[in-house]
Amino acid sequence: MSRQYETVIGLEVHIELATKTKIFCGCSTAFGGAPNSHTCPVCTGMPGSLPVLNRQVVEYAVAVGLATNCRITQYCKFDRKNYFYPDNPQNYQISQLYLPVCRDGGIEIETAAGRKVVGIHEIHMEEDAGKLIHDEWEDCTLVDFNRSGVPLIEVVSEPDMRSAEEVIAYLEKLRLIAQYLGASDCKLQEGSMRADVNLSVREAGSGKLGTRTEMKNLNSFKAITRAIEGERRRQIELLEEGRPVVQETRRWDDNKEYSYAMRSKEDAKDYRYFPEPDLPPVVIADDWIEAIRARQPELHDAKRTRYESEFGLPAYDAGILTSDKKLADLFEATTALCGRPKKVSNWLMVETMRLLKEHERPVEELDFSPENLAKLIGLQEKGVINGTVAKKIFEIIFTEDIDPLEYVKEHGLETVGDEGAIRQTVERVMEENPQSVADYRSGKHKAMGFLVGQTMRAMGGKADPGAVNRIVKELLERE
Amino acid sequence: MECLTWTAMELSRRIKNGELTVEQAVRAALKQIGACEPELNSFITVDAQGALAQARAVQRGIEEGRLTGPLAGVPVAVKDNLCTKGLHTTCASHILEGFVPAYEAEAVGRLRRAGVVILGKTNMDEFAMGSTTETSAFGPTKNPWATGHVPGGSSGGSCSAVASGEAFLALGSDTGGSIRQPSSFCGVVGLKPTYGTVSRYGLVAYGSSLDQVGPIARSVEDCAAVLEAIAGRDVQDSTSLVREDTDFREALGKEIAGLRIGVPRDYFGDGLDREVAAAVRGAAQALAKRGAVVEEFELSLVKYAIPAYYTIASAEASSNLARFDGVKYGYRAAGAGLHDMYKRTRSEGFGAEVKRRIMLGSFVLSSGYYDAYYLKALRTKALIKRAFDAAFARYDLILGPTAPTTAPALGASLGDPLQMYLGDIYTIGANLAGLPGISVPCGLDSRGLPVGVQMMADCFQEKKLLAAAYAYEQSREFPVCAMLERGASGCAGSVAGQKVGASDKGGARE
Repeated sequence: MSRQYETVIGLEVHIELATKTKIFCGCSTAFGGAPNSHTCPVCTGMPGSLPVLNRQVVEYAVAVGLATNCRITQYCKFDRKNYFYPDNPQNYQISQLYLPVCRDGGIEIETAAGRKVVGIHEIHMEEDAGKLIHDEWEDCTLVDFNRSGVPLIEVVSEPDMRSAEEVIAYLEKLRLIAQYLGASDCKLQEGSMRADVNLSVREAGSGKLGTRTEMKNLNSFKAITRAIEGERRRQIELLEEGRPVVQETRRWDDNKEYSYAMRSKEDAKDYRYFPEPDLPPVVIADDWIEAIRARQPELHDAKRTRYESEFGLPAYDAGILTSDKKLADLFEATTALCGRPKKVSNWLMVETMRLLKEHERPVEELDFSPENLAKLIGLQEKGVINGTVAKKIFEIIFTEDIDPLEYVKEHGLETVGDEGAIRQTVERVMEENPQSVADYRSGKHKAMGFLVGQTMRAMGGKADPGAVNRIVKELLERE
Repeated sequence: MECLTWTAMELSRRIKNGELTVEQAVRAALKQIGACEPELNSFITVDAQGALAQARAVQRGIEEGRLTGPLAGVPVAVKDNLCTKGLHTTCASHILEGFVPAYEAEAVGRLRRAGVVILGKTNMDEFAMGSTTETSAFGPTKNPWATGHVPGGSSGGSCSAVASGEAFLALGSDTGGSIRQPSSFCGVVGLKPTYGTVSRYGLVAYGSSLDQVGPIARSVEDCAAVLEAIAGRDVQDSTSLVREDTDFREALGKEIAGLRIGVPRDYFGDGLDREVAAAVRGAAQALAKRGAVVEEFELSLVKYAIPAYYTIASAEASSNLARFDGVKYGYRAAGAGLHDMYKRTRSEGFGAEVKRRIMLGSFVLSSGYYDAYYLKALRTKALIKRAFDAAFARYDLILGPTAPTTAPALGASLGDPLQMYLGDIYTIGANLAGLPGISVPCGLDSRGLPVGVQMMADCFQEKKLLAAAYAYEQSREFPVCAMLERGASGCAGSVAGQKVGASDKGGARE
């Protein structure tokens, strides 16, 4: 590659809102459910049915807008986006084009390249579509309208990002904001957060934007990273060969790590937008905005700072603990019970993360209770159990959320602190391992570790490790 | 049967007095339907079994004192673009073949709760697009006054049913005159309420920002009673309004002396039939004689109403009718793949006028044309609203013809759609500005075809409108349609109980 290129990226992020009912009717938004069990005449587009706006959707959209420093459009309107597709029961989607609910915001992101603000062009409210299910046996396609009418906001960024790293940082930040507000659970795997990537490349230093493509079907942060790399390469190759980049929508295939242009029919762009006549304009008065602002919970950045100042945690801990609302909630609840923030932090950052990875589960699925972790920390603090036993019990708390007090009693896991018993065991271990004893005494002090380990093992891991260390050392050095 | 000539309120009163049963009234209406339908084709669906079952339930309700309202026991016809639970709803289109709604239009539900009996669903122009009821997929409806003529449209079936005595009342819908114009052609009273007064829930949308459901009856009082039953805020329709003043009958009989009535000079220009003009001027004089202050004025912008209306209504229709695609309900054509199925279903399922408006609407919304057509039409609409505001600053009511002519002959209109659209010139203004409007019969032309006078009031001023319409109605004689008279005399005496002096204004015709 002879020339230097810069990648310019903007994102359109769809976030499913956590309302109990749909945006324009009273049907449940619960995930799953038998096909078409959460439907009514409105969300199946029956003739004569009319939409009625769910007030909570506006509240969540405004809350996200305030948290992303947007201007709130106090006289906002809905528009119809017309296109034919069977997952869209009316063959139009109620969305916002001319007067979206929020505009002109931005959020600060931090990457290895430093801090920067990514602009937010607008946030608009809209309805989700149903789901098509292709039945291979019957060779037909069925429609499930359970998702039809589930409320979404679409957050449209400015083309301010320059790398996959910045894109991921932006998405993480947006996810945290929505999660902390309770506006969405932002689960990528369930599709409650979806991102379309608009990407173009240009020669470094050029002030003009290149022709962009839009990539869809990006289901994970990893897929997004790969898609950005792949599309960047593809566009640069085209330019290097002197061929033009075509403005089009492309579907990313994460298995083949390549994007494919979607058929022009799927990409027909004349949506014939016009104002939705069935919904009056939404007037968002000052006092409504202030009421929403007053209810805003502590957001990610504020929480991270507070963890450092209030709990004296290192910046690293504070960053990880606040990286997910679930983790932060667990941390605060457990700390409130046991008063040992650093201990709690260690359990969450080390053992919990290890187990999540081992079980291949996302943080959102953590479901053990803060009470049980607090009790475990208490047991260890009081010396009732030692660290090894605590780790074993924690594994069971992690999977089954058991009460550690009862478990320790039931299984007789209390630490053996009895000097006589320990001394007897150490003596036996030394007799069985004369070579290690000799090694130690000839100056190879590492041999002590082996003897300590053997003693702990012989006592089923329950011995007080401090006492074992002390006694092994004492006996080794006596003769 | 004599009862057929009674007003709905008189019928209900006599049922409550025990002079006849709901079932007898329903049977009389069904008998008249049986006699007239071969000629008229007012109905797409007659639900005789259902009507008789309702009749018995309503009778119990009346006897047990649960149903005491002015409409209890009255047989009613419903335009077939209003959803009726469990009863086929077609919009007079093949594309809704087999569609039976699982829900009820709010206006229909409110009427049912008032104790009416639904006889069936009336014919109309397909999806309410047309002015003659000839675009129906189920064949045209004929005008009961002269069966070689159209009843007007799009609520032609509802109006012909009321005029002929097949029903005492009907519900219609009015997007550009679809209640008032056929009411004029059929010699009945039809009212389009202020936009937002009656819930649109369950009304299959044509032009959502213009559509209103309204009553069709043989008297102003009946119209007022129906409006009382169906008006008011409905949480299912976000465009419906809270109104406190829905006791519309209270306005009837109010003094109209001093009422200021403006007659737009620009409603009496080219294209207006001379006999129609004379009849309408006669109505204005009748009101002046009762003390109203009638004067002519220039409304302005009248000629821009039609292009603005057809642009906005077609744009909304192109989107509203997109859902009829063969996927979920109604007609589905076999096709090679999804897009072919869509194309064939919509090509075969919709009639020519509907397709014309879908294409027009899609065009005016498409990128590059939106500003030049759709936006311009919205601005024109705003200007027209302002012209009406200025008029209502000076006048309580605006009075003029409902339509430029009386009912045209069958088959004379569809060949020239532009000419047909021009027939909506006087009615569209009320839809664009959201105003209430009423058409009241004001005479017959030399061929014996009815003429209607239209009055419009400012938004929410239905009471002024009804007061003037009632005063005018009381001041004049208007004949009963011969077909209704035939039905009434054919079965005279079959009602048990005393003989009743029907408001037989028909004598004036002889």
